[in-house]
Amino acid sequence: MSVEVRNITKRFDNFLALDNINLTVPNGDLVALLGPSGSGKTTLLRIIAGLESFESVDGADILFKGASVVGNRVADRRVGFVFQHYALFRHHTVYGNIAFGLKVRRGRDRISRKAIRERVMNLIHLVQLDGLESRYPDQLSGGQRQRVALARALAIEPRFLLLDEPFGALDARVRQNLRRWLRRMHDEIKLTSIFVTHDQEEALELADRVVVMNKGRVEQEGTPSEVFHSPKNAFVMDFLGNVNLFHGRIESGRVSFDRSEVVADGNKQTRFFVRPHEIELLPENIDNTGLPAKISRIQLAGAIAKIELVDSSNKEIFVEMSHDKYSMYKFQNGDSVFVVPKNSIVFPEDYSI
Amino acid sequence: MPKKTVPIIFIFLTFFYLGLFLLLPLAAIFAEAFRKGFEVYVNSFKDEYAWSAIKLTLLTAGIAVPLNVVFGVAAAWCITKFEFRGKNVLITLIDLPFAISPIVAGLIFVLIFGQQTAFGAWLLSHNIKIIFAVPGLVLATIFVTFPFVVRELIPLMQEQGKTEEEAAVSLGAGGWDIFWRVTLPNIKWGLLYGVILCNARAMGEFGAVSVVSGHIRGETNTIPLYIQTVYDGYSAGSSAFAMATLLASLALVTLVVKSIIEWKVKHRER
Repeated sequence: MSVEVRNITKRFDNFLALDNINLTVPNGDLVALLGPSGSGKTTLLRIIAGLESFESVDGADILFKGASVVGNRVADRRVGFVFQHYALFRHHTVYGNIAFGLKVRRGRDRISRKAIRERVMNLIHLVQLDGLESRYPDQLSGGQRQRVALARALAIEPRFLLLDEPFGALDARVRQNLRRWLRRMHDEIKLTSIFVTHDQEEALELADRVVVMNKGRVEQEGTPSEVFHSPKNAFVMDFLGNVNLFHGRIESGRVSFDRSEVVADGNKQTRFFVRPHEIELLPENIDNTGLPAKISRIQLAGAIAKIELVDSSNKEIFVEMSHDKYSMYKFQNGDSVFVVPKNSIVFPEDYSI
Repeated sequence: MPKKTVPIIFIFLTFFYLGLFLLLPLAAIFAEAFRKGFEVYVNSFKDEYAWSAIKLTLLTAGIAVPLNVVFGVAAAWCITKFEFRGKNVLITLIDLPFAISPIVAGLIFVLIFGQQTAFGAWLLSHNIKIIFAVPGLVLATIFVTFPFVVRELIPLMQEQGKTEEEAAVSLGAGGWDIFWRVTLPNIKWGLLYGVILCNARAMGEFGAVSVVSGHIRGETNTIPLYIQTVYDGYSAGSSAFAMATLLASLALVTLVVKSIIEWKVKHRER
């Protein structure tokens, strides 16, 4: 195991940023720390890098390849850190930025100018910035700066790569491209990497493993498919995509809606969560299992048709379906239809979306 | 009233005010200095006491400014890059010289080092002269001018944050490399601006220096003190004005350099 985090707690004054975090990152994986702002993901990343302290309780430890690095200075940990807004040295060129970590080496680790030049030029080529080596950061686009930051972190031949919101400051198109490029590069160099993101799509698309965080705790950890298809709790389900919340009861394996919010028979009453693409819309109420609702908006641009509805108690329901299916029924705004969940997940604990 | 009238009135007022209170006195100084001809003007500087005043001013500023630069950078660095107790007290203390009248600042040193105190008597018995001597002038100048560099750097360094330094740390750099390769290049224009202001004040300081100087001609007279002595002595009025043109020129150079720096910063020159 590559990076291990044990019993890490962090407080900023009275705010509990990390609540006894335990985490293991397998060798060679690309891992996403996913969570809303304030969930502690960036703090955790900075603690791993050594840029932030943590509470020294019994058993609290950070291990790299099995060895504790808690006593090590940041400089000795040799982690490549890509900062959220890149933190490029504005008074150094692209070349100077990437060469920085090599130029500041002292004593035994010192390497010759020629060797530095060779390595830097290789990295410039790797991040596809050939010909831009004498530009300054403010003469580069966001995506180019991002790649300089990455090359600079890779120059020190880090043991791990840590990236804080690596695509946060880029526009959607550049983000898409860079995301795929980063994934390809990771597959090529196989460097264990952890990145922080609040974008579930980014985490699911890019990572080998996703760590979902909330309020300083790890809610769930697993492959993208695991966390998406079998979320452990309502928070994870909600955070990983749109979700509809229904009240109802489960009777002999089948869901039936409670038309009134107040249910006398408390123990059978339950709340269940359904993803928009796992809802069927029917023009008629077959078997009397559907929930009546009215279509309030239809959005057809994009790969799927998105339909918004309101039920009798004015609650919104989101439905997604293929264009094929949509054209079968030809729903119109204002149509009265029936909502039938095809697949739902019930969580025992109380959670409000 | 047509719309354009108001701006014109304000522009006129501004220029009139500037001309009356800034340009006119400045012109008067130069006119007075050259009234008896260029030769007399040049001769004013050949005076032995004038020359020693110039040298003393250069010496005082030459010691005070570098010390304030080192202190200023160190203080701004620790205030903006680290968290520690007593930070606000330190920031307040740095402003103290701005808040205190220069005369009081001078008196502080007289009270500390003067003969009437035990410390002053001890110094005297060891033949160390501070008050009415060059060390006193330097101390008073340092005291009066030390906020200039720090005050210039703190907002600048606060705005830049510490992520570049953190990046340097993560790349393995030590404190020395971080300062010379990352921090200093980022603050160099602000620092230069602070140095220029600090220098202008160090050379022009009158109040505090006047108290500790004793006005000994040829020994403890800086340019501003010399100007006053000459002017009060009615000896050669134009000589005082000639020396005044030096200080006025210094102010003008300061303004020009300041404008250049501001222009450079605005155009993000490196």
